[in-house]
Amino acid sequence: MRAPAISLTNLIGLEGVSRSDIQTLLDTGFYFRDVLDRPIKKVPILTGINVVNLFFESSTRTRISFELAEKRLSADVVNFSAAASSLSKGEGLKDTVRNIHAMKMDAVVMRHPAPGAALQLSRFVDAVVINAGDGTHEHPTQGLLDMMSIREKFGRIKGLKIGIIGDIAHSRVALSNIFGLNTMGAEVTVCGPGHLIPPFIEELGVRVNGDVDAVLEWADAVNVLRIQRERMGVGIIPSVREYRNRFGLTVERLARHKKEIVILHPGPMNRGVEIDSDVADGDQAIILDQVLNGVAVRMSVLFHLLGARGSLEEA
Amino acid sequence: MGRIAPLPKALLIEGATIYDPATGKTRRGDLAVKNGRLIEPEKLGAAKPERLDARGALVTHGFIDIHAHFREPGREDQESLESGSRAALAGGFTRVAVMPNTLPAIDSPEMVRSLLEKAERLPIVLYVIGAISRGREGLELAELLEMQAAGALAFSDDGNPIADGQVLRRALLYTKDAGTPIINHAEDLPLRDGGVMNQSALSTRLGLPGNPVEAEAAMVHRDLLIAQETGGRLHVPHVSTALTVDLVRRFKEAGVPITAEATPHHLGLTEEALRQFDTNAKVAPPLRTEADRQAVVKGLMDGAIDCIATDHAPHTVEEKEQDMIQAPFGMIGLESAFGLANTVLGPAGLAIEKLIDLLTVGPARVLGLELTPLEPGSPAELVVLRPDDEWTFSREDIYSRSRNTPLLGRLFTGRVQATVTDRAWYLRD
Repeated sequence: MRAPAISLTNLIGLEGVSRSDIQTLLDTGFYFRDVLDRPIKKVPILTGINVVNLFFESSTRTRISFELAEKRLSADVVNFSAAASSLSKGEGLKDTVRNIHAMKMDAVVMRHPAPGAALQLSRFVDAVVINAGDGTHEHPTQGLLDMMSIREKFGRIKGLKIGIIGDIAHSRVALSNIFGLNTMGAEVTVCGPGHLIPPFIEELGVRVNGDVDAVLEWADAVNVLRIQRERMGVGIIPSVREYRNRFGLTVERLARHKKEIVILHPGPMNRGVEIDSDVADGDQAIILDQVLNGVAVRMSVLFHLLGARGSLEEA
Repeated sequence: MGRIAPLPKALLIEGATIYDPATGKTRRGDLAVKNGRLIEPEKLGAAKPERLDARGALVTHGFIDIHAHFREPGREDQESLESGSRAALAGGFTRVAVMPNTLPAIDSPEMVRSLLEKAERLPIVLYVIGAISRGREGLELAELLEMQAAGALAFSDDGNPIADGQVLRRALLYTKDAGTPIINHAEDLPLRDGGVMNQSALSTRLGLPGNPVEAEAAMVHRDLLIAQETGGRLHVPHVSTALTVDLVRRFKEAGVPITAEATPHHLGLTEEALRQFDTNAKVAPPLRTEADRQAVVKGLMDGAIDCIATDHAPHTVEEKEQDMIQAPFGMIGLESAFGLANTVLGPAGLAIEKLIDLLTVGPARVLGLELTPLEPGSPAELVVLRPDDEWTFSREDIYSRSRNTPLLGRLFTGRVQATVTDRAWYLRD
């Protein structure tokens, strides 16, 4: 199989990415998903390619997922983690990046606290830039892995009804989901406390509904967002109890709905807050599939942006 | 390209159309300058003047900017009195009022005096705006009357809103007899909530913290009510929203003695300038929507807004190369002010004379200044305009020490050919 080329040179976000590019990235993701089921999971596609994982914000799962994807493709990997505070100590985005550039990296995978940082980075360097989350803007590989998991479960994305529940205003996952799902023809409704719904979000082509039960009644699948503990009890979210009662995916709430609703969560979860432990571990949740698909779809992204010169046959 | 040089002993500006905003009259003729003063052209005598061919040009009073940041003292890496003055000359400005958010803040008569002393050697006239509160902290009134006696023409904590309504009220009452305007940078900070751009569908799309129009309008409304109650002299800077324009218009109609300004960038740019995360377009108050922009244009056309002021805010390349959250607010504006304003307001139907008024008569009225009559005996204070010339704003047009502007590469209609003061002149090649 020779993978069709995609039109992207960097992956900054899912906004504006074409349906066919997303389709291709997901198709190749499923191909790598098969590779991950083989006894020997490493393929020589990115041999000799240098990738740096540049994390200006703490992250465990995304960083490990990228690192695993890179290593499975035989890339040479360097990890660089810096607390966000070092940014404010005068270490400018440009400086760090120029250093990386001087080391002749082929690709930079970056997590950064500021929206737009990935696009800014791409203006400073020639290397391929992959956004691993830029503040409250986008997290495109999360959007891709969510779509891959939805497609795996339903066999399609088009025409599905997807709810996104939680703190939409501070979520890069929500935006990437919205852009990607819209492009692929799904319907999206966002749900959460009124002040955590970004203003004018309807103009992005989604519906807003503050009633979780109504959204569950409507949806084929829901993506449950993590509620940041630091927003609890500081006047933003009054209490865990109230959040759980009003917006949490509790066992009781789910039991009230007759149909099977597929449940996604980008992690890390606050069990007992936005999602009950029994729900997260139950049959309806595809949370562990998301984790595996995350590695596969990141392999796909790396392959298309860096290795598509070759063919998958060599794999 | 242009150059800035000491004024020649004698200068003859030939064949110009001359608009004098002080009288509103237009005539044709030559203007002669000798030893920094206007004289009758025939009295140039034996002096061999430099000649400036002004056929097809419009000569008028030099522009006055009542809102600029020259960063001295403390941040001379961004701008200095000297570099800021050069930027002013290149933009057609012969008088500039500088804001007190320096390091330290200009909040004492000593600071005012020291700045005015340094200004004596500048090629332009410099006015000083003192801080309203000590250290610009918004808590205790600074020595406003002593600063006024030392030469301060207005007061502002610009950059920092006066959050406490009582502090603003006291400042308005305390300076009421002096008549010096109180200029409050009106943004309700809790409502702004860390916003770095206008709150809109675009800010949501970009994931950037939004600054809602209400953050400005709510505080302006409070300020206007306090001005009405006290009869104090309030000036509203950098009006950016349709709501604010309406509020100002309404209170003016009610007879409250207020004035307001708008920046060229709020006239000529919208939040779309932020779409590619351009930190040079990050300003406070933020660039707004097209509807807001049009409302500001209308406000200038119908007199709700009194004048154009640049809010020239230099920041270093390094500062603006940070991310959208960390990069500071502000863009430079002196060099591009006339080009941008004319490009926007000309097609909107504003006569060039009216635009000149917004850059001369209007700001003079806000600060209580006299214009220089364009008559023999007056010190030279002229700008030579080419209102129909098209040009592309580029790096070489910038005389500021900084270059933080999203306008580079933009095509303007109308440019400054020359600026003349009694000490120096700017001439575009």
